Amino acid sequence: MLMRRELLPESSHLQSSGTHTGTALAEEGRRPAVSHWNTVTADPGDCLLKVEGLRVSFRTAAREVDIIDGLDFELRRGEVVAVVGESGSGKSVSALAIMGLLPPFARVSAGRVLFQGRNLLELDAAGMRRLRGKDIGMVFQDPMSALNPVLTIGEQIAEPLRLHLGMSHQQARARVLELLNMVGIADAESRIDLYPHEFSGGMRQRVMIAIALACQPSLLIADEPTTALDVTIQAQILELLKNLADRLGIALMLITHNLGVVERYADRVLVMYGGQLVEQGLADTLFHHPRHMYTLGLLRCVPRLEGDIRGKLAEIPGLPPDPREMPPGCRFAPRCPQRIDVCRNEARLVATDVGSASRCHRVTDLAAGSIGWPEPAPGASLIENVPASTHGPAAVGSPAAMPLLEARDLTRVFNVKQGMWGKRRQVTAVRQVNFSLDRGETLGVVGESGCGKSTLARMVLRLDRPSAGQILFGGHDITNLGHRLLRPVRRRMQVVFQDPAASLNPRMTIGQIIGEPMRVHGLVRGDAEEQERVIDLLRQVGLRAELYGRYSHQISGGQRQRVGIARALALDPSLIVCDEAVSALDVSVQAQVVNLLADLQQQRGLAYLFIAHDLALVRRISNRVMVMYLGRVVEYGSREHIYAQPTHPYTRLLLEAVPGTDPREERKRAPILIQGDLPSPFAPPDGCAFRTRCPRATADCARAVPQLREVTSGHYVACDRV
Amino acid sequence: MTGYLLRKFFQFLLTLLGVAVLIFFIVRVLPGDIVALKLQGDGVTVSADVLAAEKARLGLDKPMLQQLLDWLWGLVNLDLGRSLWTERPVTQEIAERLPLSVELAVLSTILAVVFALPLGIVAALTRGTVVDQGIRLSTVAGLSIPGFWLGLLVQTFLLKTFGWLPSLSGVSWTLDPVGRFAMLIFPALVVAWRMSAMLARMLRSSMLEVLQEDYIRTARAKGVRPRVVVTHHAARNALLPTVTLVGLEFAFLLGGLTVTEQVFNLNGVGRLLVQAVTQNDFMLIQGLVMLFAATFVVVSFVIDLVYGALDPRIRTVR
Repeated sequence: MLMRRELLPESSHLQSSGTHTGTALAEEGRRPAVSHWNTVTADPGDCLLKVEGLRVSFRTAAREVDIIDGLDFELRRGEVVAVVGESGSGKSVSALAIMGLLPPFARVSAGRVLFQGRNLLELDAAGMRRLRGKDIGMVFQDPMSALNPVLTIGEQIAEPLRLHLGMSHQQARARVLELLNMVGIADAESRIDLYPHEFSGGMRQRVMIAIALACQPSLLIADEPTTALDVTIQAQILELLKNLADRLGIALMLITHNLGVVERYADRVLVMYGGQLVEQGLADTLFHHPRHMYTLGLLRCVPRLEGDIRGKLAEIPGLPPDPREMPPGCRFAPRCPQRIDVCRNEARLVATDVGSASRCHRVTDLAAGSIGWPEPAPGASLIENVPASTHGPAAVGSPAAMPLLEARDLTRVFNVKQGMWGKRRQVTAVRQVNFSLDRGETLGVVGESGCGKSTLARMVLRLDRPSAGQILFGGHDITNLGHRLLRPVRRRMQVVFQDPAASLNPRMTIGQIIGEPMRVHGLVRGDAEEQERVIDLLRQVGLRAELYGRYSHQISGGQRQRVGIARALALDPSLIVCDEAVSALDVSVQAQVVNLLADLQQQRGLAYLFIAHDLALVRRISNRVMVMYLGRVVEYGSREHIYAQPTHPYTRLLLEAVPGTDPREERKRAPILIQGDLPSPFAPPDGCAFRTRCPRATADCARAVPQLREVTSGHYVACDRV
Repeated sequence: MTGYLLRKFFQFLLTLLGVAVLIFFIVRVLPGDIVALKLQGDGVTVSADVLAAEKARLGLDKPMLQQLLDWLWGLVNLDLGRSLWTERPVTQEIAERLPLSVELAVLSTILAVVFALPLGIVAALTRGTVVDQGIRLSTVAGLSIPGFWLGLLVQTFLLKTFGWLPSLSGVSWTLDPVGRFAMLIFPALVVAWRMSAMLARMLRSSMLEVLQEDYIRTARAKGVRPRVVVTHHAARNALLPTVTLVGLEFAFLLGGLTVTEQVFNLNGVGRLLVQAVTQNDFMLIQGLVMLFAATFVVVSFVIDLVYGALDPRIRTVR
């Protein structure tokens, strides 16, 4: 890893100075456009971080494998640079290499990392430790596990202060309060001595940001800071990071797999693929004039609120390359719809006509506009339009064709014992939810974490018993059926879970996992028949038959999710509940899986209960959408209703959180973000539960709980102010 | 809080009641007649009248239910009855021997923790190296070597090397503290080796798990020194499961020191239990079993409290 050598003497002209051009950013948040692609200006003092020819390799059982293959980029003070790529592209590894936090089996095999003129790779361990947390701060991906559970957040934020700045207990505490206010944690005084598990995901991430910024670093690296969070919270956190970067003149390196979220926030974008930088340029340039096929593909995959609602999602076929078996020449070529013979030659970074740099052989064709990303096959229409009028929470029991699934006044109350001393409290996770779902239809259920959608899913699947209300499946009341009577019902409804890693038994092979439901229900006679059917299912979900004997840890996240779908299909059900089935996947893989689900729905007439927190994703796959907040339905209607005429303030705020297509437009308008966090389910606000975060709330909202009322045929809203 | 404590106390009483009834019947089901043993032990023949009289005197001729109720009532009054062999109050018999056992248990536990802590942590940090393998080897040895064999070996060694014999009579702290300590240290070491082996293995595996956690990476990203990462961040989390184990082991020790006490000739409650069983002195057996059960419940409760103090997640539910 790091070589133990003497610290190099600092070059005189590269000393950090007090003032910097970062203040110019405060106005609009954009750097003036420059002509050269790597934006090196004449003033080297401006350059904070310079990575030259970085190569990182992992030591595997067989040999050393290059994970990053020659990375070059620069970062200047006050800039926001986004590093975008799929899982396995090397983006996180590059951040760890800069920080000196590579795992023991990884090493930097070549290159320099110059931070304020010093080569970090030549610093000894103590020198690097002095920098970490003080001059360079890092925010990691999963806020739920990134904080020490047995220390208060006050202690954890104070730690770098006391370590690097030698602050006393009092001084540190004062600064911690300042930091908490800066990152937007209200009521800092009373929360400073709380433990991480007493905060929500978004709040924990703010604490992480406070820790990273504690000693006023000049560089902040954020490795997928919002991937594990809801879309609404994502927007808040990114907005916070951007504001802080501007205000404090900090350079921000933002790592993500979603090109969509960086549109609003980045000055420059680096796109990585297979360990290489494939395109680099100003954000505006990249979004309007991408010059690499991969960038184009990524842009197309991001689910958006505009565009043909009925079209299939554009997807990037295939999987990222295995670092052990890199294709020669352009690494993206195997998946590229526009590959030609020359793509087999090694690709180099070249300057493009718009001032960016690209490694694509077909860059001139892209510039000329003669090629593009192919539209998805026509005729593969995603979701048929279903007449909306006959369905609605009030229209249950209508004489029309009996719905496949019906929920009437579903309620679920939990009795929770608080802490060791056993104070009992009640949480109403789901409150009087009504909906109906027909065969072959998709109902999208949208809401933030904690709104009750997963509890709803569990009740529908009868993994949990409702406290009140009824569930009718195929006309039969299954609310209180016992295990034996439920068994035949279970065959007809299946589920795909959120976490592909956790929902597959690590001790079973893929073949066993998919075959188990068939075995349990006695649908196959003998191993041969089971194997045959399993391989057929694998083929249907787009997986190779050889995965039959593999284990879940040997395949990728997207492949695991496909296995989950194959398992759900094994019994040929009529209903599949997708509980945030694509939320944990890269954007490019999400598109693949959603398309697969849509195809299967067409072929088999499946009905889906599609649960998600991202309205843009749900738009593509749902016929009707139900928006939930703290256990209640706040808006319910057809897809057209929800997206064309969103009525409830919460729905509108959710739509607001979805990034748009044009970065210039995005920057001009200040996004109306949702304020604050979800109220505690133990103590929901009186009257309308949303009023604490609603931009349209008045004093009247606290008086009565708004009921669902029909605003247009089939479109229901629970708000008294609209 | 008070509600919680009250509920725990009630559970405690219920457990003890269950144990009391159970042990009462088990002991009486065992073959052997204490009266016959006592009076006829040396081959002396005694007439049936004498046997009957002795029985009546000891209250053994009353109907079973009556005896049970007497016993339970006695428990409520903290009167464990009288030993059928020595006819001294059971509480007195126990009280004379309990301090020694408790001291031995406490000393063993302290030593075990003192050994296990560094060993477990170092093994985790040096995973895969010779040091780790050496530590793992010694823990395997600690677990597989029988306590009595090791005890005998230690005693023989002490005798041969220092000519040192354990004292046959009790040594009090006030008169001869060094002697008392000397009496306890060797059996404590023997017990501690085994216990520390288990603790060290537990600590090693939970430490390895904790070191993989994201918050350790966060600590390193703050620039915290490696030693502090291990002690301040990692160890505090890794110790949680080990604490439970320490508590359970300690509770088990009180009754489980039988063999060690026998080997080292210590007059503790373990030895008393063996004696009582041999003599079929069920009052004493009952009393001792009640003591062990009560200890176990109390120690479990204390573990729960300690765990709650160490792990804030247990204390509050969000």
